[in-house]
Amino acid sequence: MKKIYILWLRQIKRYLRSRSRIVGSLAQPILFLLALGYGFGSVFQQAGQGNYVEFLAPGIIGMGIIFTAIFTGIEIIWDRQFGFLKEMMVAPVSRLSIMFGRTLGGATIAVMQGIIVLALSLFLGFHPYAWAGISLAIGVMFLIALLFTALGTMITSLLDDMQGFQLIMNFLVMPLFFLSGALFPLKGLPPALAIIARLDPLSYGIDALRILLINVGFYGLGTDILVLTAVTAVFLWLGSYFFKKIQI
Amino acid sequence: MNNIIEVRNLTKKFDHSNAVDDVSFSVAEGEIFAFLGPNGAGKSTAIRMLTTLLHPTSGTMAINGLDPVQKPDAVRRMFGIVFQDPSLDDELTAWENMEFHGILYDIPNPLRRDRMKQLLEFVELWDRKDDLVKEFSGGMKRRLEIARGLLHHPKIIFLDEPTLGLDPQTRNGMWMYLKELNKNENTTIFFTTHYMEEAERIAQRIAIIDHGKIIASGTSEELKRQTATASLEEAFLKLTGKTIRDESVGSAEHMRTARRMWRR
Repeated sequence: MKKIYILWLRQIKRYLRSRSRIVGSLAQPILFLLALGYGFGSVFQQAGQGNYVEFLAPGIIGMGIIFTAIFTGIEIIWDRQFGFLKEMMVAPVSRLSIMFGRTLGGATIAVMQGIIVLALSLFLGFHPYAWAGISLAIGVMFLIALLFTALGTMITSLLDDMQGFQLIMNFLVMPLFFLSGALFPLKGLPPALAIIARLDPLSYGIDALRILLINVGFYGLGTDILVLTAVTAVFLWLGSYFFKKIQI
Repeated sequence: MNNIIEVRNLTKKFDHSNAVDDVSFSVAEGEIFAFLGPNGAGKSTAIRMLTTLLHPTSGTMAINGLDPVQKPDAVRRMFGIVFQDPSLDDELTAWENMEFHGILYDIPNPLRRDRMKQLLEFVELWDRKDDLVKEFSGGMKRRLEIARGLLHHPKIIFLDEPTLGLDPQTRNGMWMYLKELNKNENTTIFFTTHYMEEAERIAQRIAIIDHGKIIASGTSEELKRQTATASLEEAFLKLTGKTIRDESVGSAEHMRTARRMWRR
């Protein structure tokens, strides 16, 4: 336990020390919220869908989380290239603990990032319908964060270097985000897109956030939590399976 | 004398070559042993297998009687290691790097804190303990890595080209610490190097490895006698030939560039 804690603590310390990274990774969600939220606001309103900033904010929180989560998962490549992974791998610690410590650390960072986006969005015109939903929403954020950090870890265990990084961004993270219903309502989608959105775990995460924060949902909170938990469990299992196979 | 490292017919095959090819050797407890070889000879691969990072294709190893493949955690507690490339976390302080190591190796407090202080003083980094490692020079990083590698009082310390890129002062200081440790604690020292004079001066026994095979071993006197040469350098060149070896450049170099860009 103590070993998992120190692995977690290391991630948190690194995060808190890289202020430029925190600020940098906030710029994109804020830009999306402002440009899309206000840019499409009147069109969305005229279509009878209500306030777009309110609708968009949970999606942007999800965006902040998925980017940070996958990114911290992928950071293992850096640890690998810069030797610190070796220091962990020669230590008498089970591979499973290393993977869990790292994943928990990464997920915590991603949640912090999500909370910062949420706090900032309050200043940019977002009004959650009930404050009580926020603590539950933070729980959902943690599930989303855990899911995608585990996914990042899993991918990283299969990669040798950073060459694949752009590939992951363009063919995995971007589609996961854009096809998730973060930016548009899931109701009334063309069938093909509706199916794709159903296969995207982020859809359920953002749907759950919307239910808790603005009381608008599509799949239903029970389904959302169930799917998120199941997929997280599978990714954690796969992540530790692949992580165990790493030889340096 | 008791052999702390026993290696029999150790082989590691990579895609199409044998990085380590049917190697056998042993190191006695308390001995200072050097692996000498050109780039890409298989030195680091052998160390990676001994230190549980890599599984051998065939052959057996025993560290203090235990097999690194079967009993990795027990073996891991027995050795400390200083890798060829730095393996510190740059974003943590010297103290935090030590603390991290101490907890991973189950050293309880207050013993852990006492040893950390003692070792940081030993490598003359005590007054810099709260500075981030990224502010350290290459020599300071090496010293910190040595202190960290000794924190759990290992019976063996592996050093993979520990003095690469260090100035003579640091190099000299480092070997002074290590020899003292060898004398006082009977710690076995296993190192690889390119520097002949270093091997000659420090190591009690040397194995010359090339193309994954041990081609000669013994004290530096014995090696010189075997090859009828006047210096270890000549003996080495006679044994390994004069062709220049190119180590395949991994992605590490690309990564360094990429990371710098990410950081900005």
